[in-house]
Amino acid sequence: MQFMLLFSRQGKLRLQKWYVPLSDKERKKISRDLVQTILARKPKMCSFLEWRDLKIVYKRYASLYFCCAVEDQDNELITLEIIHRYVELLDKYFGSVCELDIIFNFEKAYFILDEFLLGGEAQETSKKNVLKAIEQADLLQEVCGLCPR
Amino acid sequence: MPAVSKGDGMRGLAVFISDIRNCKSKEAEIKRINKELANIRSKFKGDKALDGYSKKKYVCKLLFIFLLGHDIDFGHMEAVNLLSSNKYTEKQIGYLFISVLVNSNSDLISLINNAIKNDLSSRNPTFMNLALHCIANVGSREMAEAFAAEVPRILVAGDTMDSVKQSAALCLLRLNRTSPDLVLMGEWTARVVHLLNDQHLGVVTAATSLITTLAQKSPEDFKTSVSLAVARLSRIVSSASTDLQDYTYYFVAAPWLSVKLLRLLQCYPPPEDGAIRGRLTECLETILNKAQEPPKSKKVQHSNAKNAVLFEAISLIIHHDSEPTLLVRACNQLGQFLQHRETNLRYLALESMCTLASSEFSHEAVKTHIETVINALKSERDVSVRQRAVDLLYAMCDRSNAKQIVAEMLSYLETADYSIREEIVLKVAILAEKYAVDYTWYVDTILNLIRFAGDYVSDEVWYRVIQIVINRDEVQGYAAKTVFEALQAPACHENLVKVGGYILGEFGNLIAGDSRSSPLVQFDLLHSKFHLCSVPTRALLLSAYIKFINLFPEVKGTIQEVLRSDSQLRNADVELQQRAVEYLRLSSIASTDILATVLEEMPPFPERESSILAKLKRKKGPGNLHPDLDENRKERSANGGTADHSSTTSNAKVAASPTPSTDLLGLGSTITTQNSAPPASKGTSLLVDVFSENIAAFPVETPVAVGCLPLAPFPSRFVCKNNGVLYENQLLQIGLKSEFRQNLGRMYVFFGNKTSTQSCYGWPFTVPYCAFFLTVSLQLNVHAKPADPTVDGGAQLQQILNIECMSDFVDAPVLNIQFRYGGTLQNVAVKLPITLNKFFQPTEMTSQDFFQRWKQLGAPQQEVQKIFKAKHSMDTEVTKAKIMGFGAALLDGVDPNPSNFVGAGVIHTKTTQVGCLLRLEPNTHAQMYRLTLRTSRDTVSQRLCDLLSEQF
Repeated sequence: MQFMLLFSRQGKLRLQKWYVPLSDKERKKISRDLVQTILARKPKMCSFLEWRDLKIVYKRYASLYFCCAVEDQDNELITLEIIHRYVELLDKYFGSVCELDIIFNFEKAYFILDEFLLGGEAQETSKKNVLKAIEQADLLQEVCGLCPR
Repeated sequence: MPAVSKGDGMRGLAVFISDIRNCKSKEAEIKRINKELANIRSKFKGDKALDGYSKKKYVCKLLFIFLLGHDIDFGHMEAVNLLSSNKYTEKQIGYLFISVLVNSNSDLISLINNAIKNDLSSRNPTFMNLALHCIANVGSREMAEAFAAEVPRILVAGDTMDSVKQSAALCLLRLNRTSPDLVLMGEWTARVVHLLNDQHLGVVTAATSLITTLAQKSPEDFKTSVSLAVARLSRIVSSASTDLQDYTYYFVAAPWLSVKLLRLLQCYPPPEDGAIRGRLTECLETILNKAQEPPKSKKVQHSNAKNAVLFEAISLIIHHDSEPTLLVRACNQLGQFLQHRETNLRYLALESMCTLASSEFSHEAVKTHIETVINALKSERDVSVRQRAVDLLYAMCDRSNAKQIVAEMLSYLETADYSIREEIVLKVAILAEKYAVDYTWYVDTILNLIRFAGDYVSDEVWYRVIQIVINRDEVQGYAAKTVFEALQAPACHENLVKVGGYILGEFGNLIAGDSRSSPLVQFDLLHSKFHLCSVPTRALLLSAYIKFINLFPEVKGTIQEVLRSDSQLRNADVELQQRAVEYLRLSSIASTDILATVLEEMPPFPERESSILAKLKRKKGPGNLHPDLDENRKERSANGGTADHSSTTSNAKVAASPTPSTDLLGLGSTITTQNSAPPASKGTSLLVDVFSENIAAFPVETPVAVGCLPLAPFPSRFVCKNNGVLYENQLLQIGLKSEFRQNLGRMYVFFGNKTSTQSCYGWPFTVPYCAFFLTVSLQLNVHAKPADPTVDGGAQLQQILNIECMSDFVDAPVLNIQFRYGGTLQNVAVKLPITLNKFFQPTEMTSQDFFQRWKQLGAPQQEVQKIFKAKHSMDTEVTKAKIMGFGAALLDGVDPNPSNFVGAGVIHTKTTQVGCLLRLEPNTHAQMYRLTLRTSRDTVSQRLCDLLSEQF
């Protein structure tokens, strides 16, 4: 996966994760173009499209669009389910997640994503294991960093 | 405010975010942000040392501002400070800030790396993970330099926690992508591969991605992963859906891992070990079987996950391209999806079938879905799905369905989305050229392209139609007629004017006989478009006009008048003005001869790769050009060579293909199918002195068998023609000039050594040894006059063959040439175009005589009849020329139906003379011919019918 974007129906970016080195300018341009392209599509259209030399996989959940850019050989359907699993993780963590949760706790959304995907690849696909890691981290709030285990 | 705020909430941050959300305008938002930035700046610069919490809060605010799309130019140092905080949440925010905002800020990198190093050696898995995530997210060169050696050690160490292994594996993957030179697996390779056997499925999932990336780089080192991956896959595929606990996703066992394993296997050819191969085939069959089972859940997640694995399995089957049963099953499965109610599945089925179309095993199976795909093109509501349908039609196109597919694409083009028009135009142009059986169809197709989508027809496309018309003399008359007709439309696209101008300028004479397209009419038509065109087109038209002056002296005055007008001679555009002045002068002072030389018909273009194909390649990656792939595969299998599975997308062309229509794309064929005229423009003097008398002594060697050699057939045009280039490759050109009288013939064969003209070989040489053998059937007596066996580079040698026809025959004599070049012996075998009809003597007769004799030859064995489809345009004049070239007398006014052709002649052999009558009945409506031959000898009727029917 090259990048993942979350944006609202109004086109506001809520989360952006880049797995390839790109300048700020390029990132902004890509996000702008892609958000426009996807918002222009009708609801019943297919979830995949070719965009420049990438494949875009996207799905809308309530007011939020989840959009991933993958490479030519990558599997579109499994990417669609990566999106779904991430939504499930957010949902479980926040308890029926809504856009506001992601706005106000954006850092958590990033932490959960890092536990699930790393370097653009699925790291841990078990929902239990991901949430366990996050909860452990939450418990560690005031623990001294030098203490072993 | 959300109800839930886990971890420790930062009130200040929440308030700030609320404020931003409440801003009514962009200006208000910017004002609020600037206020906050000033506040944070003063806090960071203030005298009072900030506590960890405040620092974390402000860094988090900066991050939020940055993510809103504003620039942040401070705070990096504070974030780095957080990294070494002993409070986890502070450390975590610090890392997040660095991950999102770090930009090779060199003075900070060493500080960051230091903090990461500390966390990596902390032995606290949560801290180690944070550090590894940071490396993976930033992935910079500096980090690779610092940690590329350390991360593999963590990955394979026995006491590393599973979750850390997972992070380490993907961290390494990222470093390998950004700085592959720094990631050296070396001693770790075997242990990394072994992670495929790990008990923890999460570790296997992460490791499989890493191994796939590494295997793509150095497949040899990770070869052992194949058997482990197959074993793992087999266990997953055969497990019950509950076996894998939380790794089962909506009743599908470990879909992510399955897909990754199947991806890994696509780095390799099919396993050589029979047992592993069998096990893999079993897995693939199971996956295909599961697709037919009723779904275990109605949820879309279930079917998506299941089909994700299925599509990846099909990709692997296509990649291996070795199991015909699996390929056909895959194709059938995709065929079902083509009509599925889920748009996503239809899209993917079209996409996947595109690659299946390029396999020789499944190409035919894919073709059976043509109607469904055409229907998709017409009825799909989503442009991206229609785009896939276009791609698939392009991929499945071959000679058998080209006309249908091109017609469908053309009709779609009229309503197609603007975004994909240009690509469709390119594809249609390529297919029309590649599969053109007769070039009239090709010309019609391209003109339709210009008519329907003129704006999207790039220069490459119309250049190409001109190249082809110039190189194929059989289509020139038709092209001239067709563009002339097309130009009569009141509004036509400028590209059509360009093509029309060029073609009429070259070949307008071919239609000038008809009063409806007389020279003046042609000129007036072109000139009526002149003022509506852009400067480059006008310049082209001016050149067409001067060509007209040469072709049609009778319009010289009219054209000079036009050139002389102020709008030309004083045109504001320098190019137009210059052309007008020069052409006017040229036409006034040059003699007819000089004009004819200067304005001679354009020589054939050298055959080369179609510029259209090159353009499509630029537009899309090479992987999408399936027809090419297709050719590659066919060639590979034709050569019987071992398939190299790692390079299936290579577009390199190796073998020459002898069919003229493939050659059109200029993809590596070496056999000339061009005009018979020597290509004077290429600067080679090979056949220029065709009539020179330098015949030298040459001992004729004993004939040898040639059955084992690649035998080049002669182009069929030689049946009706006696002169031309018979054969050409990079080293050698063979030209012919021949004459026949009664049962005797003489053929001059010219061997041209092309080597010294090819300066790329770098050194001058001669062909030191050259021998010619003839294999001749008994019915022909061929005597070769001796010639010098050595042909110097760049020189040519002539050999005379005296031919006597003893009795009627079918097989043409074979000319076998051997010569040494660069130390290796080269063999070339070509059939000489000595055919039975060469011994025809035309006989004139009246209608009465003809039908009397026709009746006399009425015995069933004396008549041979053939009904066949026209391969070329059904042009009366061309047909007449061909019958005369064939050798028979063309009898006018004999057949009561004026559109039929009848001919008569006598075949002379040494032993007998055979009278022949022929009748050709064209049916222009059905584009068919009926050819009837009646002679006194059945073998002659048969042979002449076979030969002549190939000509139309």
